[in-house]
Amino acid sequence: MADVALRKVVKRYDDVEAVRGIDLDIADHEFIVLVGPSGCGKSTTLRMIAGLEDISDGDIMIGGDVVNDVPPKDRDIAMVFQNYALYPHMTVAENMSFGLRLKHYPKAEIKARVTEAARLLDITDLIDRKPKQLSGGQRQRVAMGRAIVRNPKVFLFDEPLSNLDAKLRVQMRIEIKKVHQKVRTTTVYVTHDQVEAMTLADRVVVMNKGKIEQIGTPNELYHKPATRFVAGFIGSPAMNFIPCRLEDVGGTLQIRLTDRIAFALPPARAARYNALPRTEKLLLGIRPEHLTESHAHHGPGVESFDTVLDVTEPMGMETLVYFGLDGTPVCGRVDPNAGATDGAPMRLAMDLNNMHLLNEATGVVL
Amino acid sequence: MSSVTIDKAAPTRTVKYGSMSRDRKWALRWSYFFLTLFAIFSLLPPIYMLVTSLKSSAEISAATNPWWVFHPTLENYIGLLTSNQFLRFFWNSALVSIFVVTITMLISVPAAFALARMRFWGSATLATGVFLTYLIPDSLLFIPLFKVFALFGDWTGIQLINRWYVLLFIYPTLTVPFCTWIMIGYFASIPKELDEAAIIDGASWFQTLTRIFIPVALPGLIAATIFAFTVSWAQFLYPLVFTTSTDQLVLPVGIITTLIKGDVFNWGQIMTGALLGAAPPLIIYAFLMDYYIAGLTAGATKG
Repeated sequence: MADVALRKVVKRYDDVEAVRGIDLDIADHEFIVLVGPSGCGKSTTLRMIAGLEDISDGDIMIGGDVVNDVPPKDRDIAMVFQNYALYPHMTVAENMSFGLRLKHYPKAEIKARVTEAARLLDITDLIDRKPKQLSGGQRQRVAMGRAIVRNPKVFLFDEPLSNLDAKLRVQMRIEIKKVHQKVRTTTVYVTHDQVEAMTLADRVVVMNKGKIEQIGTPNELYHKPATRFVAGFIGSPAMNFIPCRLEDVGGTLQIRLTDRIAFALPPARAARYNALPRTEKLLLGIRPEHLTESHAHHGPGVESFDTVLDVTEPMGMETLVYFGLDGTPVCGRVDPNAGATDGAPMRLAMDLNNMHLLNEATGVVL
Repeated sequence: MSSVTIDKAAPTRTVKYGSMSRDRKWALRWSYFFLTLFAIFSLLPPIYMLVTSLKSSAEISAATNPWWVFHPTLENYIGLLTSNQFLRFFWNSALVSIFVVTITMLISVPAAFALARMRFWGSATLATGVFLTYLIPDSLLFIPLFKVFALFGDWTGIQLINRWYVLLFIYPTLTVPFCTWIMIGYFASIPKELDEAAIIDGASWFQTLTRIFIPVALPGLIAATIFAFTVSWAQFLYPLVFTTSTDQLVLPVGIITTLIKGDVFNWGQIMTGALLGAAPPLIIYAFLMDYYIAGLTAGATKG
């Protein structure tokens, strides 16, 4: 077990910078998820921690030691790959014990560790099978077993669930969380799936274009995103961004969305945004769940408006409604019994207590 | 309503199925026709060899039906198998082939592993270069090679020409490039994550090769082995040029030089010798056929 630290880590391929100066501190026992779109440098970062890629600049420390030039086998890490990377000619037990056998562990200890890991992962019955006789989920368990038996300082997961079907993915996600609760090994997990990131992580690192956009707990990222990228990336359906400007009407601060629609800001928000120049081009960030059907009575800061729905998507527990505000597509989530129908007018309510205001040019959340 | 739909749909499907199977039937007929043609074409020479090898010299020169044996005899087989000279050729061929296969594999497999996996400056060019050397025909190379060994003999006093083991230096110029090329394709089809997993598990490059790559690429390895064996067993030009004393000859050259005396062709024994010489590769093919085919086709399906 160990902590991991990245100090101004850079990865250059010829003249392309894949990772552009990353600082990250991962505490002992922590489960960190690196998330971002493809090409954001998350896998490269993981592979640099593993030692599979050289780092162009900066330092990587595992357990306080700089490991920049330490080969992978001496870093005491274990990695789980997207395509499992099981050795096809070995049985499950041989796959799991390969690393221990290379290090000449006593046979009894190898057997004990493999048995224990197999029990933990519920693959005891499969121990003598070859990988091709296993299903995708079973293979992924074996790959995790191979990591666990080594009892390494750090687990590295590279999109381990991407090859599984949706149902199995949810199941394995829970398995991984359970395993981490039991073995408590420091874990770095890479995924492009923000749901995986939110459900698994102690802290999520959102990456974009080779840089860290924001680090935080899942709730922090969801409720207090720092940038437009994070706000739009975390959450599904994604947050709406509606062009708007601030204006003063009779001593109260208003946010104007269209010629027709303007709302008075709740006092807390008004105080926060009052110093902003009124001419600045802004974006209102509002999550679909804060755009619901209007009720006769609603709390302070919730404002109603009329619109015409373009499309509705019944999801069962809720209905997603899509409409336009001056050409900007907007998504809301309403009660399935609220009577939302395609092409019909509807009165919706916007919860401004949960709004975000962004600078349109810089993408920074204000 | 729904029953009507079913009634309509059912015959349409049968007709369609029928036409497909008719297509298939014709395709099968044609393929059997051409396969039979090909089988006759390729089996006629060995059958002729077999027929001739069972005849006495008198019957061969007699004007009877050449495709039939009227007085079968094993005298050619007995003659060859009791001749020390012929057994010597066989032994030389076996030694050369076994050593060449071993040398080839010891060079090709690590070379292919390095070229397929260790990215180093010029590795891609080198891989292509290795293959290009295979394209140079031996009829172009034997004179310069002869010169090389002659000069080597002059300078060092070690005479390699007219020794069977000179072939151990020459045959690999044919087998190593091709086998390396086959193995590069094989190793390249192994997912990159597999060696990364091995490296993280603590394996060295050498352990990755011996414990992961070689077992996983075994069909390719067998294909390469068979190729190297066939090439060295059947090679004719090089041994003809480089060996002359009868005790240094390998089988193909030995048969020609000892069984043709001037303009007298000992056809019975030539055919027998050729048949016996073709036996070892045949036996090896028969046993490793499945592996060999898997070896040749695996690269194609994996892209």
